[in-house]
Amino acid sequence: MKSTKFGKYGGQYVPEVLMPAISELASAYESYVRKNQDGFMDDFFARLKKFGGRPTPLYKAERLSEKYGKEIYLKREDLVHGGAHKLNNALGQCLLAKYMGKERVIAETGAGQHGTATAMAASYLGLDCEIYMGKKDINRQRPNVFRMEINGAKVNPVERGSGTLKEAINETLRDWSKSVDTTHYVIGSVVGPHPFPKMVRDFQSIISQEAREQIQEEVGRLPDSVVACVGGGSNAMGAFYNFLQDDQVNLIAVEAGGKGIETKLEGRIAHHSASLTIGREGVLHGARTKILQDEDGQIVESHSVSAGLDYAGVGPELAYLVDEGRVIPRTIGDKEAIEAFFLLSEMEGIIPALETSHAIGYLENHVEGDLGEVVIVNLSGRGDKDVETVMEESHRLGIKNRTTDRVGRGI
Amino acid sequence: MSIITDAFGEGPILIPYITAGDPNEEATIEYVAALVRGGAKIIELGLPFSEPIADGPVIQEAINRSLEAGMTPRKFFGLVSEMDHGVPIVVMTYYNIVYQYGEIPVESFVSESVRCGINGMIIPDLPIEEAEVLLEICKENGIDLIFIIAPTTREQRIEKIMEKVSGFVYVQARLGTTGIHKDVSRTTHESLERLREYDIPKSVGFGVSNSDHAAEIIKSGADGVIAGSVFVDIIDKGREEGIIEQDTVRLLEEKARELVRGIGEGIENNKS
Repeated sequence: MKSTKFGKYGGQYVPEVLMPAISELASAYESYVRKNQDGFMDDFFARLKKFGGRPTPLYKAERLSEKYGKEIYLKREDLVHGGAHKLNNALGQCLLAKYMGKERVIAETGAGQHGTATAMAASYLGLDCEIYMGKKDINRQRPNVFRMEINGAKVNPVERGSGTLKEAINETLRDWSKSVDTTHYVIGSVVGPHPFPKMVRDFQSIISQEAREQIQEEVGRLPDSVVACVGGGSNAMGAFYNFLQDDQVNLIAVEAGGKGIETKLEGRIAHHSASLTIGREGVLHGARTKILQDEDGQIVESHSVSAGLDYAGVGPELAYLVDEGRVIPRTIGDKEAIEAFFLLSEMEGIIPALETSHAIGYLENHVEGDLGEVVIVNLSGRGDKDVETVMEESHRLGIKNRTTDRVGRGI
Repeated sequence: MSIITDAFGEGPILIPYITAGDPNEEATIEYVAALVRGGAKIIELGLPFSEPIADGPVIQEAINRSLEAGMTPRKFFGLVSEMDHGVPIVVMTYYNIVYQYGEIPVESFVSESVRCGINGMIIPDLPIEEAEVLLEICKENGIDLIFIIAPTTREQRIEKIMEKVSGFVYVQARLGTTGIHKDVSRTTHESLERLREYDIPKSVGFGVSNSDHAAEIIKSGADGVIAGSVFVDIIDKGREEGIIEQDTVRLLEEKARELVRGIGEGIENNKS
């Protein structure tokens, strides 16, 4: 059997009832994804091109480059159909479900980006689709809920716990243990039991496959650094994967620092989502990885202004790469992320997702020596969905700029 | 032979589950006593984990109540040490709790369990593939590690699991999570049929709530009936409707008696 682990991380910590489905999925992954059986990967790439709008541009942010005195390139995953990198994975998994003869897909969603991507891919491929989403996330990402429903998906609110991504994953796993015969679970990130972390990474690695060629065409060499935000870590693994062998390229994983990572746990509540930076090894949602937990091993409620980064775990391969020293974990807080949201909007005409704004924010708030001269930032998604949150939070955090001033004056 | 396997010595038995610390520690001790008076021969005690992915809504809520009341692994062990009901105790929890306890991952949890008189463990998110470390430490310490056979588990996996399981094997009666259901599923009969050749007690759980279920399960050839949500539900209702604790104690004992009666009917049927 192929390894289910990355060093000590990963594995398959799931109820027995799911094990046969996971073994079935692991062999489907080996044959269709790894070995291109029945031309699966050719079919996938063709659909990504025609339905998904790939390849996405690698765009030189001229004004940002000037501001920071570096060559800053943005990998435009916000231009993928649906407005985020999430479709790369959702399309891959829905197509795989189809090849495996499943009729129904289920998915969890945090920010709603994965949910919308899955709903789109499911309707495009004619699969039934149900999405689990935390109540709190439903409230802060309403536009995405409507998009899912318009695409024909059923959105199930999850009321338990804090009503965010963690509870949505629990509930989707519970659905899957009832429906495993007919249903595929389209997991939204490089998390969960094997083969999910590897499979999602493979579907997302198209990002770095394109970017690695594009940057060499543009500047004639590899970049000094690649910067990506990390919640579960799918856009980061996608953006890093084809650079892993290039030791001279720094890979920077930017986590949500929330209200500050130095803040102590209050009961079972953390004020950030920095599992790679300060998480402790443990087992969550089917995998051994780095986790925000209390000393007894109870998982804590994480925090980020961005729903998509608000998760107490992280992909096991990232945990491994951080231990190996290949990926550098850094954090950007709520406030810095919102400032970066406005910066990119005002200087480059691109409204980034709040998740992505953490990666952009790292340009302003970087550790000396991390970035070098040529930088690729993975622009993982667009921020239309976040406009309301940003306005509210700016007010709360006292962030002043032209936009918040105007809105404040009621213009 | 293990003390848990011994408990099946005089014929099919009832194994109730409740969540420790729901709604508080003192109540748990009384509830366990009531279940034993009602005829329980093994007690399965839940040690709460914040992400109980194998449990349905009823037990999830119990786990939340227990955590909110301040239950921790340390308090759990203290609670079990105080119990002296003369029946084996099996702890049911999730792997992260086992892994994080004490100085040495896994080992500290197991040795503390032994010290407190726990006889077996059920870890629903630890399939046989990931269980090597815990299996070895349990073996060294004379604790049974009980595995689940699901309706989806196929022959090859059954063989692998049956090689390692001890105490009894937990036969999951249906797909999905724990909870209360109207009938005993057809899959129960099929699962027991597939396990017939193995010489270890088989206990059926997931969805058992009345004496007819219990009788049906025993008729299908099981050696034990596991019931959880039905007891947890009584505890929850007692709390909600403000019934005094003594009523909850009485209702738990009656429900246990009812299930034991069902088991008896199943046995009679098998004899005739």
